[in-house]
Amino acid sequence: MAKFEISRRKFLTGAGLGASGIMLSGCDAFDSQLSIGGGLRSFLENANGLTYRAQRLLAGRDALAPEFSEADIRQPQRPNGVTAPDDDVYKGLLANNFADWRLEVSGLVEKPLSLSREQLQNMPSRTQITRHDCVEGWSCIAKWTGTPLSLVLDQAVVKPQARYVMFHCLDTIDRSLSGDIKYYGTIDLIDARHPQTILAYGLNGKPLPVENGAPLRVRVERQLGYKMPKYLYKIELVDGFATVGGGRGGYWEDNGYDWYGGI
Amino acid sequence: MESVARSQSAAGPGASASNEKTLIYRQSRWTRLTHWLWAISLFFMLLSGLQIFNARPQLYIGKQSGFEYNNTIFAIGAENTNTGPRGYTEIFGKRFDTTGVLGWSGPAGQETSRAFPSWATIPSYYDLGTARVVHFFFAWILTTTLIVWLVASTVNGHLRRDLAPRLDDLKRLPQDIIDHAKLKFHHTREYNTLQKMAYGGVLFVLLPLMIITGLAMSPSMNSVLPFLNDLLGGRQTARTIHFTVMVLLVAFFVVHILMILAAGPINELRSIITGWYRTDPPAHDDKTAERSV
Repeated sequence: MAKFEISRRKFLTGAGLGASGIMLSGCDAFDSQLSIGGGLRSFLENANGLTYRAQRLLAGRDALAPEFSEADIRQPQRPNGVTAPDDDVYKGLLANNFADWRLEVSGLVEKPLSLSREQLQNMPSRTQITRHDCVEGWSCIAKWTGTPLSLVLDQAVVKPQARYVMFHCLDTIDRSLSGDIKYYGTIDLIDARHPQTILAYGLNGKPLPVENGAPLRVRVERQLGYKMPKYLYKIELVDGFATVGGGRGGYWEDNGYDWYGGI
Repeated sequence: MESVARSQSAAGPGASASNEKTLIYRQSRWTRLTHWLWAISLFFMLLSGLQIFNARPQLYIGKQSGFEYNNTIFAIGAENTNTGPRGYTEIFGKRFDTTGVLGWSGPAGQETSRAFPSWATIPSYYDLGTARVVHFFFAWILTTTLIVWLVASTVNGHLRRDLAPRLDDLKRLPQDIIDHAKLKFHHTREYNTLQKMAYGGVLFVLLPLMIITGLAMSPSMNSVLPFLNDLLGGRQTARTIHFTVMVLLVAFFVVHILMILAAGPINELRSIITGWYRTDPPAHDDKTAERSV
């Protein structure tokens, strides 16, 4: 989507992928062309923009993701990625059962917010039984309860120039030479204001467990799992994301995943 | 240029009475162009698709993957044994040792656990994000090509003239199967019954099913076409069908190549590159020649 610069991190990722490629023989003629920033890859990535526009055109703003019945909940929600953050800040908050945890809402808003868990849970809530589709290919159905993100955005009063919602997380997903890399992600304001987009604090009728993102995670039901950050502590309204992280709008996006995870 | 060519082909069967063999204009420029676009896009979609599958090398039946219950019908993996790691492939609970190819592969001494081997994937190293970029780019090419082909073939009569099955085709089917089994090929303007079934099956069943099951795996498209997954038996069943159709397309490709080799690769290749095809002398094939007028 957005322009990006070759960062040290990208260089390291590319070098790592390249090194693993050397070990493998055979059909690797395209490999060098396909690394992030490569000419052929950048050309092929145009199709991602086409997919985004086509799906937005078809699905519009409010078309709902399928919802399921209680009988479809046949197992616990499978956790993925980081399942037990070992960050000191996070562990400190967890030790106190998140009593000191706050959700910050900042950036391009008229009224920056700092919400406690109680304040958030006292707002109107939505409960939905939806299917979580991982980019890897698996799916899992669960019941999620949370505050519609649109209500939080309304309370903070989004400025007109804001284009994306950026989610900042407490968990370290990766480590680099210059330090820890915390998970982050962005969605556009269409998905942010979608009726099923919630800040979830409940899972299958219980408080959200640590492995699934306690105390708060995002649910964006028309996109894949990697677009729904866990261990949320800050929501920032931005007009672009080129200067953050690898510049592609999220941790996984910086590692080559499509920004619009609608397919 | 095309209209000139076509008038020559119309004279084909008549002219063949005096010539031993006749060159006729068999494949329109649309058929040739779309054929090669499909060949390219299916190649890239297959190899990137196998890479995508490697991220979760299991297939399930139903709405979701069973983690606390078992609805797996296909799996590729690796396990430790007394003689070292072995690769396996499991179909409906039956396990086969596939070390070296599926589950456990790589250069000697550097084998790794991966479902499909690196020579069969794009990129060769494990990279789901890149495979998806390649896969979706060619998904657009494949789908656009299918629509272009459908429109062009309706307008230029290819569908009605060459692919639409007729009563004759059904009558001819047993003989056609015998001829194929004996590798006895008739070189005519018309497709034979098995060709019509194979091409029609790919173009009207397999490719549309591939596109539909692909869309059914998109959470965004699920909000547009919520009934699609119910129709297909659930999101994971759609994924299983997507994979099965891939296997059928690979099978079609293998048979397609074998038939071309058996029927005369130079003649067959020329017709799909230039459009011109050399038919049998009429003595061999009187009835078909008459029918093709």
